[in-house]
Amino acid sequence: MSTQEHTVTHIHRDDIGARMGMWLFLFTELLLFGGMFILYSIYRYTYPDAFHLAAKDLNTIIGTFNTAILLTSSLTMALSIAAIQRDRKSLSIFLQFITILLALGFMVNKYFEWSAKFSHGIYPGSEVLLAKPSGEIVFYGLYYVMTGLHGLHVIIGMVLIAIMMRFTYKGIIKADSYVKLETVGLYWHLVDIIWIFLFPLFYLIT
Amino acid sequence: MEKNQEKHLDNSHSYGNYILVWLALMALTAVTVAVAGINLGGLTVATALIIASVKGYLVLTIFMHLKSESKTFRVFVSVALIFLIVSFILLFSDYSFIARN
Amino acid sequence: MNETITVPTNGKHPSYLEYKGKYKGFLGWVLSTDHKRIGILYLVSILSFFLVGATFGFLLRLELIAPGRTIMDPQTYNSFFTLHGVIMVFLFVIPAIPAIFGNFFLPILIGARDVSFPRLNLLSWYLYIIGGLLAIISIIAPGGAADTGWTFYIPYSVRTGTNVIYALFAAFVLGFSSILTGINFVTTVHRLRAPGMTWFKTPLSVWSIYSTAWVQVLVTPIIGITLLLVVIERTFSVGLFDPALGGDPVLFQHLFWIYSHPAVYIMILPAMGIVSEIIPVFARRTIFGYKFIALSSVAIAFFGSLVWAHHMFTAGMSNTGQFIFSLLTMTVSIPSAIKVFNWTATLYKGSIELAPPLLYVLAFIFQFAIGGLTGVMLGILSIDIMVHDTSFVVAHFHYVMFGGTGFGIFAALHYWLPKMFGRMYNIKVAKSTFWLVFVGFNLLYFPMFIMGWLGMPRRYYDYLPEFHIYHLLSTIGSWILILGILIMFTNFIVALIRGKKITEKNIWGGETLEWTIDTPPIHENFLEIPTVHEAPYEYKQNETDIRQFQEVK
Repeated sequence: MSTQEHTVTHIHRDDIGARMGMWLFLFTELLLFGGMFILYSIYRYTYPDAFHLAAKDLNTIIGTFNTAILLTSSLTMALSIAAIQRDRKSLSIFLQFITILLALGFMVNKYFEWSAKFSHGIYPGSEVLLAKPSGEIVFYGLYYVMTGLHGLHVIIGMVLIAIMMRFTYKGIIKADSYVKLETVGLYWHLVDIIWIFLFPLFYLIT
Repeated sequence: MEKNQEKHLDNSHSYGNYILVWLALMALTAVTVAVAGINLGGLTVATALIIASVKGYLVLTIFMHLKSESKTFRVFVSVALIFLIVSFILLFSDYSFIARN
Repeated sequence: MNETITVPTNGKHPSYLEYKGKYKGFLGWVLSTDHKRIGILYLVSILSFFLVGATFGFLLRLELIAPGRTIMDPQTYNSFFTLHGVIMVFLFVIPAIPAIFGNFFLPILIGARDVSFPRLNLLSWYLYIIGGLLAIISIIAPGGAADTGWTFYIPYSVRTGTNVIYALFAAFVLGFSSILTGINFVTTVHRLRAPGMTWFKTPLSVWSIYSTAWVQVLVTPIIGITLLLVVIERTFSVGLFDPALGGDPVLFQHLFWIYSHPAVYIMILPAMGIVSEIIPVFARRTIFGYKFIALSSVAIAFFGSLVWAHHMFTAGMSNTGQFIFSLLTMTVSIPSAIKVFNWTATLYKGSIELAPPLLYVLAFIFQFAIGGLTGVMLGILSIDIMVHDTSFVVAHFHYVMFGGTGFGIFAALHYWLPKMFGRMYNIKVAKSTFWLVFVGFNLLYFPMFIMGWLGMPRRYYDYLPEFHIYHLLSTIGSWILILGILIMFTNFIVALIRGKKITEKNIWGGETLEWTIDTPPIHENFLEIPTVHEAPYEYKQNETDIRQFQEVK
């Protein structure tokens, strides 16, 4: 045995483990929103007419447009990973950037939607809302909380992707080491999947 | 290469594959919106959910690479989904039988 | 991963306690990503909160020693039982075994150097501390401590003016701490087992912690969102549960218990794992039915997630719902019973050594049996209708959570502290203290079964004279129990400061990997990652081994 004094600093790299950890985290997100989907389904069952009526007030066109935006952002995210796997650094950064732009577009639309509702006096705790029948109050409560929480996750995703852009630029994410980008990609796709279910349940039940 | 860094193209598809999936997703979205206009009663919700599930499945398997990961990952996802679905079912087993006035 | 560690010039590896990493002193502890140091950080913080929660319990029992007012007014009483519940559930019983012993020993038990995500591990502890601070703030901030009970039922939790939001945020943050630990442990068990350690060669405490980790990951988010929704409802009058706004308060109960019932399995499963570890060692026999015990952990996790509404039989459920949940509740008892039978079978004709860890384990089996059987009773609709919200329920859950998990924690402390710190406590004191704790515990809680059966409601500040004798016995039991616990902790603290130093690797004669490494462990756990050939608990029947335990006595 040698007599040097050093201990092993094992640079423990486990890409599969990293992805596994992220998937497990995604399950928690799935169940977080799942809890709210449970709420939605029970209340929808309880107040079918009120939900039907209230959903009419939501703008299906903006909703559909937002769905398309988010689906496209999922595409650009997946493509950005494919790009870095093929050592196309600039392409990857560009695609990550487009993803962020699309997410921004989604949030801008959301802002317009919400402010339109606010200007009509429909927001949690407002007199206008509280004067409506119970089922509609619950509908809007669910609408604001679920799309609001979803929007928060979109913003978090934008920040994460921006950080990944910087990592890619600096070469921390590269062709033979890109698990960070993959895990952020997984997070982003889940945000997309949640919207895939939110969209029909709120906008298309007329 | 360490065994826990797999060959870097194992977990990937061609650009074209991703674009094809995206086209399918957009098409399914169009279908969902179109169907929503037709009144099928209770079936409307079911149809919407089925189409959403297909879209979700595509994102999971292709965009999130679930298809190319090891079986363990697919078992994980199934466990999580089954738990969510069973909770739904059990909850409705109570709610659908409450006598409401 | 086949790194070997070269020996430093003086030939001696520092233990993890003395290891000098990037930071020194205090920072070297609170910034450490070493799973062992994090386990110690949890040990200190969790046991401190336990004492706080126990103090609330002690004061509650003091109030209840006689009818009428004794030392506090009703509002204070309500806050005290709320805090007792919140602290004990979220800051003690749920985290304790996974965060303390899971963190310290899981990597060692599977032959790894650390968990999969060491920095996430440290974050989990930070979140625990933040949650604890929020809980303390909820007590001292103006508005007064929450008085809703730890269950925060709607509509009172939305109406009361007390510091419900702080308490809810505390629980939310603590939930995240739990989730991150769960994610870490699932990944660690999948990815970092030593060569040769197949699933069925893994120690049973690993199976327990793994099953627990899955439950932590899947159900904790649901309470997270539920509590968050109550915060939002209080703040923005959103109207999701509040009946005045069209909400359904029973739906809150459903969502609350979808987490909180599996939470009790998060509490008990790791303790069962500890029992499975300790019995073979002190009976010197291979565990009976290893595979059944391992798979029963998975079964308990699974079935336990399907039974939540048995907390709500009187809340206004449909008959169909009641029947279904009552039936499902019966199924959970089966894997639990399998464990108890297998433990007993392991003890039968074993070479029993009544060391302190085994004493607590034997008490566990006795108390868990009582708690479990009364749980089955409560699962029966006709019985539950009568005893719901009485002291009977309080006795039931204290028998399983305290008489079960609590005693499991005491057993684990007596079993593993010497390994963790390289110091031995006084065994004679430990053994006599056990009797104080055991008698005190049963005197405290058994009368509650009787008075609950006779109609004494739970969470009541005052009571009819006919219940006085039971309350009196119970309060006296609490004094004996607290005395025992204080002596136990003193025994440990004295040991840490000036107890006999141990350097033997295996003082109890265990057959799992932690007994093959240094006492206390070196920073990297193993000099060389072992290759595992045998299943654990393979005791050879005829060996006469001189156990260090004899000498340490």
